[in-house]
Amino acid sequence: MNFIEARKLVHEYIRRDEEDNVESILTALDGVDLDVKQGEFVAVLGHNGSGKSTLAKHLNVLLAPGGGTLWVDGKDAEDADNLWAIRQSTGMVFQNPDNQIIASVVEEDVGFGPENIGVPTAEILKRVEKSLKSVGMIQYREHSPNRLSGGQKQRVAIAGVMAMEPKCIVLDEPTAMLDPNGRREVLEAVEQLNREKGMTVILITHYMEEVTGADRVYVMDNGKVVMQGTPRAIFSQVDTLKSYRLDVPQITLLAYELRKAGLAIPEGILTRQELVEALCRLY
Amino acid sequence: MLRDITIGQYYPAESVIHKLDPRTKLMATLVYILSLFLFRNVAGFAAVTFWLLLVIRMSKVPFGYMVKGLKAIVIILVITVVFNLFLTPGETLISFWKLRITEEGLRNAVFMTVRLIYLILGSSILTLTTTPNQLTDGLEKSLKPLNKIHVPVHEIAMMMSIALRFIPILIEETDKIMKAQLARGADFESGNLVKKAKAMVPLLVPLFISAFRRANDLALAMEARCYHGGEGRTKMKPLKYKRVDFIVYLAVAGYFAAVILLRRF
Repeated sequence: MNFIEARKLVHEYIRRDEEDNVESILTALDGVDLDVKQGEFVAVLGHNGSGKSTLAKHLNVLLAPGGGTLWVDGKDAEDADNLWAIRQSTGMVFQNPDNQIIASVVEEDVGFGPENIGVPTAEILKRVEKSLKSVGMIQYREHSPNRLSGGQKQRVAIAGVMAMEPKCIVLDEPTAMLDPNGRREVLEAVEQLNREKGMTVILITHYMEEVTGADRVYVMDNGKVVMQGTPRAIFSQVDTLKSYRLDVPQITLLAYELRKAGLAIPEGILTRQELVEALCRLY
Repeated sequence: MLRDITIGQYYPAESVIHKLDPRTKLMATLVYILSLFLFRNVAGFAAVTFWLLLVIRMSKVPFGYMVKGLKAIVIILVITVVFNLFLTPGETLISFWKLRITEEGLRNAVFMTVRLIYLILGSSILTLTTTPNQLTDGLEKSLKPLNKIHVPVHEIAMMMSIALRFIPILIEETDKIMKAQLARGADFESGNLVKKAKAMVPLLVPLFISAFRRANDLALAMEARCYHGGEGRTKMKPLKYKRVDFIVYLAVAGYFAAVILLRRF
């Protein structure tokens, strides 16, 4: 069985007036199927309001499924008894770095998760050290989070999740509020965790450049999964992506335009290196 | 103006006082405050002064730094002096116009002023030598017995530490909103008090909205990290009494006994 299996997952935000009458129903998830294997790096793309954040909140059972089934790490998300076990096995990193750091000292914040699940004191200290090292923040362990940059804060947040020793990390637009340097820092940390520790990573984003390193990409629109496949397969369909109001990476777009202009360049160019090689082969 | 707020001001230094368990310091401060209102003659006053100076010396916090904290209570001090000086009935020392200064009044004024100054100095030693986190930890553990009468001690301590964490963030945010409103022509400076207070509305409304949004985000993040109240929680840095704490407890008890004995003279 896959680590995460969602079948026909539905979630509706229902707005009611004072008399409890339904005013409007917003279907944020509309029959979503999702399969993620252990150790995979999966990216979920979509513009604002496509339902990708709602999907992320289901994986950690911050929201309960309104329909369909969701199994995380072999446990049924609808069963309330599984709640804490699922939250422990799939950690979650949010968008705003300031609003997810709880303590006023870096190491105490990283220790917050293990404290909650009742890990003994000696073990907490070990885990804090290990997870701060894994994101390269160990030299800041005694600092106040207020003095850190956005990228550093997000790495502390990732360390906070790592300290709970999850099998999977869900990152909900972790770079949306960061500058380019911070974005690179966070992505590198995430990719390293996936590569070296075999951590399952689900990256929710609307930046196309960030998903080129993923194993598989899901594209969401209006609460539905509209495309899925490898980054190369997805990015070769430039016109379809545009119809979902998504931009392809600049390099891919350039290759696409060159191809349209008549040059014999293969579909789905992802990196500058690939484009350079393709162009060199032409002449 | 907002940067002057010094809640939870901590002065890092390597001293015996810094290393004490926060519970010890809380208890010692409590006893000290009690003693301030117990002494009633010069001998008692001498004992309290000696104790205060000894602790200040041991804390290695510069004296000048501490005195700065007194600025905030200057007005209260002046009012205390005036009221005690002129309104205490008793033997008249000097009188002019309709006012008269009595011997008791003079005595009360001096002692009350000293008490207030000592109160601020003494309690600032606690906050200057203890980090906010240690302080909340200490409070949580000292007040744990109150759990039995359904006081949510853990939750209160949690709220305190989160509030302390968000003070600088909210101050920064206030600054940002203020600048944004100034850029749109808002005027926070001119006018009388009522006008100034009214000018705060466009500052406070967005601040509150953003604070609520932050609270919502934070609650989600805490739940995602398995926070479910104080039950079954372990501590990364549990509080543990060391030998020096017991020595301090003994010293505090000795001090308190001395102050009570000196009342007899």
